[in-house]
Amino acid sequence: MQLRSGLSRALPRVSRLLSCRYSAAAIPQPNPQPEIHYNKLFINNEWQDAVSGRSFPTINPSTGEVICQVAEGDKADVDKAVKAARDAFRLGSPWRRMDASHRGLLLSRLADAIERDSAYLAELETLDNGKPYAVSYSVDLPTVVKCLRYYAGWADKWEGKTIPIDGDYFCYTRHEPIGVCGQIIPWNFPLLMQAWKLGPALATGNTVVMKVAEQTPLTALYVASLIKEVGFPEGVVNIIAGMGPSAGAAISAHMDVDKVAFTGSTEVGHLIQKASGSSNLKKVTLELGGKSPNIIMSDADMEVAVEQAHFALFFNQGQCCCAGSRTYVQADIYDEFVERSVERAKRRVVGDPFNMNTEQGPQVDEEQFKKILGYISTGKKEGAKLLCGGGVAADRGYFIQPTVFGDVHDNMTIAREEIFGPVMQILKFKTLEEVVERANDSIYGLAAAVFTKDLDKAHYISNTLRAGTVWINCYDVFGAQAPFGGYKASGNGRELGEYGLTNYTEVKTVTIKVPQKNS
Amino acid sequence: MGSPWRTMDASERGHLLYRLADLVERDQLILATLEALDSGKVFLMAYFVDLMATIKTLRYYGGWADKIHGKTIPVDGEYFTYTRHEPIGVCGQIIPWNFPVMMFAWKMGPALCCGNTVVIKPAEQTPLSALHMAALIKEAGFPPGVVNVVPGYGQTAGRAIAHHMDIDKIAFTGSTAVGKLIQKAAGDTNLKRVTLELGGKNPNIVFADCDLEHAVEQAHSGLFFNQGQCCLAGSRVFVEESIYQDFVRLSVEKALSKVLGDPLQPGVDQGPQIDRKQFDKIMELIHSGEREGARLECGGAAWGQRGLYIQPTVFSNVTDDMRIAKEEIFGPVQQIMRFSSVQEVIQRANNTHYGLAAGLFTKDMDKALTVASALQAGMVWVNCYNAMSAQCPFGGFKMSGNGRELGEYALQEYTEVKAVTIKISQKNS
Repeated sequence: MQLRSGLSRALPRVSRLLSCRYSAAAIPQPNPQPEIHYNKLFINNEWQDAVSGRSFPTINPSTGEVICQVAEGDKADVDKAVKAARDAFRLGSPWRRMDASHRGLLLSRLADAIERDSAYLAELETLDNGKPYAVSYSVDLPTVVKCLRYYAGWADKWEGKTIPIDGDYFCYTRHEPIGVCGQIIPWNFPLLMQAWKLGPALATGNTVVMKVAEQTPLTALYVASLIKEVGFPEGVVNIIAGMGPSAGAAISAHMDVDKVAFTGSTEVGHLIQKASGSSNLKKVTLELGGKSPNIIMSDADMEVAVEQAHFALFFNQGQCCCAGSRTYVQADIYDEFVERSVERAKRRVVGDPFNMNTEQGPQVDEEQFKKILGYISTGKKEGAKLLCGGGVAADRGYFIQPTVFGDVHDNMTIAREEIFGPVMQILKFKTLEEVVERANDSIYGLAAAVFTKDLDKAHYISNTLRAGTVWINCYDVFGAQAPFGGYKASGNGRELGEYGLTNYTEVKTVTIKVPQKNS
Repeated sequence: MGSPWRTMDASERGHLLYRLADLVERDQLILATLEALDSGKVFLMAYFVDLMATIKTLRYYGGWADKIHGKTIPVDGEYFTYTRHEPIGVCGQIIPWNFPVMMFAWKMGPALCCGNTVVIKPAEQTPLSALHMAALIKEAGFPPGVVNVVPGYGQTAGRAIAHHMDIDKIAFTGSTAVGKLIQKAAGDTNLKRVTLELGGKNPNIVFADCDLEHAVEQAHSGLFFNQGQCCLAGSRVFVEESIYQDFVRLSVEKALSKVLGDPLQPGVDQGPQIDRKQFDKIMELIHSGEREGARLECGGAAWGQRGLYIQPTVFSNVTDDMRIAKEEIFGPVQQIMRFSSVQEVIQRANNTHYGLAAGLFTKDMDKALTVASALQAGMVWVNCYNAMSAQCPFGGFKMSGNGRELGEYALQEYTEVKAVTIKISQKNS
């Protein structure tokens, strides 16, 4: 499956890449004012107000207006949720005694229910997050469904081993669930991040306390209703809307949470790791930020490279941890590449995400909006060449013009720090060895890409880049089957694929004395 | 190369298998009725056992399709090496009449999830459920030609498959005698890959320290399930001397309590045997038991006015040299023998060309682990019998077959491994 930027019909070859499965003709007309059914906390398969009675507004980033109030969970609610999850995990509970294949069946049913309600969920996602509806419907939702179906299939296939140790022993391993897993997810792909977390955790038999991003709580809460509908026992999944410093911190410091998985900024990742060390040493996996290099060699297919590099940066309003935010272009094609990239950025359609022609919606909230504008200003101050955009794109909401900086140098702030917005940095390089060294010179290591026709160059670069995912002649290609995660400060652990199961497993070795071992 | 099936996402192959499972679930009643009608098995068994296993097996393999991983391998030298796990190609599959639709799913699941195409010949005694499955396969959306169902006879259609120069692999479940023919045919023609699931004369060992009632019950169902027509049937029940008399008495009581009748009627435990040929073979072996000196405790004759019913039959005082102790009967005839020591019973249990399954009943952990390790059988059950599930591999040692079905292990049988090695200018770890 490929993440894609809306409907780029400009280049036929690329349109083929973007896949006929998601043609515009198949996308239904959205209702831009979907009804909100669920805005409370979901604990023990019940909808509950926050213990404090407080609530917070969730904002429509296209207009800056309040969509509705949502119950605001904090430490007291996290405590309730952890109790429910712990109880659902007790020995002899329905969840612990369930056939693994039946856990898989429940995940499969959840996928079916989400598929059934995908038009509505896509509307809700677009309303709360601002991403174009065409993309929510044709990319986010199908990817969510596929992820859950993928992990449904793993539930009864995650096998321990019998092991030939020395001595008269029969030795085997059990792959057991870790227990109560705290999961803190971000706002850039609300539904998808929920699926990436729930899939492996539930397939392996854990119970979950999930805190959703305060910017985008609505779709996760609706999915909670489907979790109950398809038959997950109470307490297996608990979902709390709330703030990071209160609810999120309560989870990462909780003495009865066995593991925490966090996706978000590197800055908060540090806090989570520290909290684990200060509390019960809960297992920690982190998916953090990136400043991913996208390397364009001079023998690349120019048209494809320009379009892919554009997509790599601008997809999802630039709000991707793996955005290709350092575009390194080999010297002899630099000028042409820059010119074409600017022309493409100028053509990018920014507007109401419910309009089918829109490629780029608003940034998710005012905080991000201001931060990005700040980086643009810094870029100009530090001497990067502003080639297009650079400003606000509308009178209300958090829209920013697609922005391109040329002649960027490695030591500039915009080349080192994660902007998380529609701001493209283009840098020049001469040789392969040089660009690999410069690409690796970052605290981050989430993703990278290279565009080239040469077999040897492709292998050299993919072997030497210190990044968890390397794309060759493509970008943002994801599959539920393929692991994703970061080197260095981009995180630890891998999500997706079979690898994703290890984060949610405790291995128990059992060794039984036998009278006489035989091979 | 380039066909819809070859270019399909692996996850989509899996999705088609899930859809097929859903359709089988939709048609569970029809299929169970067809199955009971065509094979004589008790309808409630067909519905709750055969059909449930079929659905679960298809779902299980639906889940594997996009999880079949090759590897990247750190070879010596400046190379990048990886393996592709490719489908073998065209797979011939020949299935038996004892669990028609379930055997269909056992074959179809791994073959399709690995991306192969299939030519399957159902047994001539029981073609109907396979043909209904073919209709569901089309309805689920499998591309044309991926699954082809050819009802026919072994000597003609089956033989044609085994000898075909353009079939890459054959999977056969049936008698050991025919299994040998298939292996020879492969050798005579294009060396197609062969996997076989054949007969068994499975030992079920009951130690004195077992839960006696439970062991009797399990040994009983372990033999009489499906009218005794199981490759897994526990057809040599070894009982430790000190509990032998009680065990025989309780087993006979159980056998006498069985209700024979029309398999479509509720309250019936046992239906007819599959056909006249099997009926005659079973009766002949029963008579040999009597002739060779085994003690007929109950049964031993046909039942009812019409149809091919045989009374549940129990022989005691059976010795290892009797035909009923050596040959696969495939009918409702239970053999009970006595033993005294662990070493003795292991040796006697293994003293056969077969090696499909075995059971053992004991409370003692050491005994359980020791005997389980010592038995030459592909499946060993401890304090249970016939406990099967899609996740667990199934297959025989020795002349009970080669290769494994079910579980992750089955995928190997439907995969061809290709290693690709690319020269690179500089390897780094």
